[in-house]
Amino acid sequence: MRSDVKTWIGAGVTAPVRLLAQMADVPLRQWQRLAGRGGMIGFFLLPNMLIFGVFVLVPLGINFAYSVTGGTAVFLPDRSYVGGANFDRLLDCTNHFDPNSCRDDVFWIAVWNTVRFVGLQVTAMTICAMITALILNSKIRARAFWRAVFFFPVLLSPVVVGLIWRWILQRQGLLNYLLYQFDAEQVNWLTERGWAFTAAVGVSVWAHVGFYALILLAGLQAIPRDLYEAAEMDGTKPARAFWRITLPLLWPNLLVVIVLSLIRAVQVFDEVYVLTGGGPGTSTLYLTQYIYEVGFASTLRNSGVASAASLLMGGVLVVLTLLQLGLTRWRDRK
Amino acid sequence: MKTTIKRMTAATLTSLLLAGTAMAEDVRLMWYSDGVEGEVIADLLDRFMAENPDINVILDNVAYQVIKEQLPISLAAGEGPDIARVTDIKALAEHWLDMRPYLSDAAYWETNFGDKADWMRPDGSDAITGFMTQLTLTGGFANATLFEQAGVALPGEGATWDEWVEASAQVAASQGSAAAFAIDRSGHRISGPNISYGGNYIGADGLPAPIDEGTKAFVTKLVEWTNEGKNLKDVWVSASGSTYRAAADDFINAQIPFYYSGSWQVANLSTKIGDGFDWVATGTPCGTESCSGLAGGAALVAVKYTQQPEAVARVMEYLAREDVVKEFSERTLFLPAHKGVVEAGGLNFVTEDPNVAAALAKFVSASAEVAPNAAALPAWKWASAYYGALASRISQAMAGEMSLDDAFARMDADIKEQVDQAQ
Repeated sequence: MRSDVKTWIGAGVTAPVRLLAQMADVPLRQWQRLAGRGGMIGFFLLPNMLIFGVFVLVPLGINFAYSVTGGTAVFLPDRSYVGGANFDRLLDCTNHFDPNSCRDDVFWIAVWNTVRFVGLQVTAMTICAMITALILNSKIRARAFWRAVFFFPVLLSPVVVGLIWRWILQRQGLLNYLLYQFDAEQVNWLTERGWAFTAAVGVSVWAHVGFYALILLAGLQAIPRDLYEAAEMDGTKPARAFWRITLPLLWPNLLVVIVLSLIRAVQVFDEVYVLTGGGPGTSTLYLTQYIYEVGFASTLRNSGVASAASLLMGGVLVVLTLLQLGLTRWRDRK
Repeated sequence: MKTTIKRMTAATLTSLLLAGTAMAEDVRLMWYSDGVEGEVIADLLDRFMAENPDINVILDNVAYQVIKEQLPISLAAGEGPDIARVTDIKALAEHWLDMRPYLSDAAYWETNFGDKADWMRPDGSDAITGFMTQLTLTGGFANATLFEQAGVALPGEGATWDEWVEASAQVAASQGSAAAFAIDRSGHRISGPNISYGGNYIGADGLPAPIDEGTKAFVTKLVEWTNEGKNLKDVWVSASGSTYRAAADDFINAQIPFYYSGSWQVANLSTKIGDGFDWVATGTPCGTESCSGLAGGAALVAVKYTQQPEAVARVMEYLAREDVVKEFSERTLFLPAHKGVVEAGGLNFVTEDPNVAAALAKFVSASAEVAPNAAALPAWKWASAYYGALASRISQAMAGEMSLDDAFARMDADIKEQVDQAQ
């Protein structure tokens, strides 16, 4: 009886789908006869390509067009053609390692801040994600609960993350309150340059580590247990097992983690913007915030320079993506 | 039967009413609030709609940052609300609607709002684009209770910035305050003090003049006070670019004995401080040349991209009415910009806070101290470019990223870059 009901419900659910499939079958067969196999591939790819074109390629083209124009007008036809002047402004430096020698010093401050942030954040992220994954993969009590706890920040909006940590780290925040309770010296975490930079890196790691730990955890769980058992029988110490078994077999996942976190770190904006506003001074001003401020936040918005800067940043991201593809192919060949 | 007829009549009336609402013209009004004015304007607009059922005013209450950052982009794209409350009134003047053809009595506007009309229209134009919802003046506030507890006398009339900072530093040291004083992070806010030290932003050709000795004098002092821990570091240093940061919460929480902001904070301070402590408005401390604050305010302007200019003009005429302006000022504790209201006097500010009346009176008397260089700024189109460069470079100097000389050179370059781009 129960089986009959299930069949009846199943038939009811699939009936409309089957009906649609039958309706589409005749015209699709006709189309396949006309267009051949290659035509059908194009037909099925067309919706995706259309969306990709409208939302990625067209904006990219518009961005390029804006980057060679000047003025404050919003619409392209109202803007004057300036050729490479916006790129000249950004790249005009006596010494690129010294932002003060550059015409647009703030752009180069943002570039070097981003480089420093990426270097430290990706390293810290990879190490923290690895440690988290190893702990969550071990036989600990309430393992599922801890996995959820570590993943929870990933679900939070970056603005919420920034606000929470701002409340903790500001002059009269929770952390200074705790230090006060223990008679320790209070620190102005968000107005001291070194501390603000460390806070930006730390908060970013805290917010995303759960995601990367999950990738590594999946890799850890795919490593056959018998390898560890064999190593244990041979008297291999845990540290050696980690270096000789875990790390080599986890390398594909680790590569994904490094490249993804690298790309994401280059694009850092929201949580750091809410946390520090780019300060103190410009010590946590990163490339995306520079583009936002030049293109949107200043009174006389400079869409041309902002577009040029975003193209340069896009170029860096393309290089990183190609690096990921190259490494993936190299790994597959091995 | 009777019940059925009643039901049918009710249904017909409801349908007619809904049809009427559907036929009403929608007028969108974008509004931001510093204090209680959002509630007051909502109340006034409800009364307008009750009197004018053919117009439906939709009040969009937004954050000030939306007005500052998003509205200009909408306007530049030829879109936006029908009416907006803005502070960057001159720089965006090309987007405002000339309401002359739609006003029933343009002479009323010229008489009562004419002296500030240039603030909100392109140079050389005689357009009527809106009116100031309130006049503001930058100035200081002191926590009288903290001064009293510290046994430090409040500096009197004509006291200089040095004297105010020194007295506040004594209070801060005595009371364990976070700093002696704070100024909002804004180029606008430090312009009154800059001008008090002889600063002038406007060149002979109407374009921005290079940063002069007067501006350098006050900015140098401000950076030194920050380095010494007298100026609250959090406000200016903890952001980059031209981001606006107010220090009102630090004053409200009694973290600083002296706060330099402006008259628009009166309602905010009164509401949030309550009877927590006594506070007084101080006017602007003196520099070497004057004791000038910077006049300004928020304007309600009609946007020229509106599809229903007649309806917009009717809403504006209602809000600019003498009795409405008077009520708005009394309930919001704002200084009115309506000549008739000012001349008639007798404003009965709605507050039980004894600090408010004295503070407003102080701002009114301080308005007589505004220097000519400061009085010219609200109607000067490059003021915002100047303010932005000041804020971003001063905070870099405060953070120790560059010397003051480099900061001044960069300010000049930034301003020139912006002018070149806009011309």
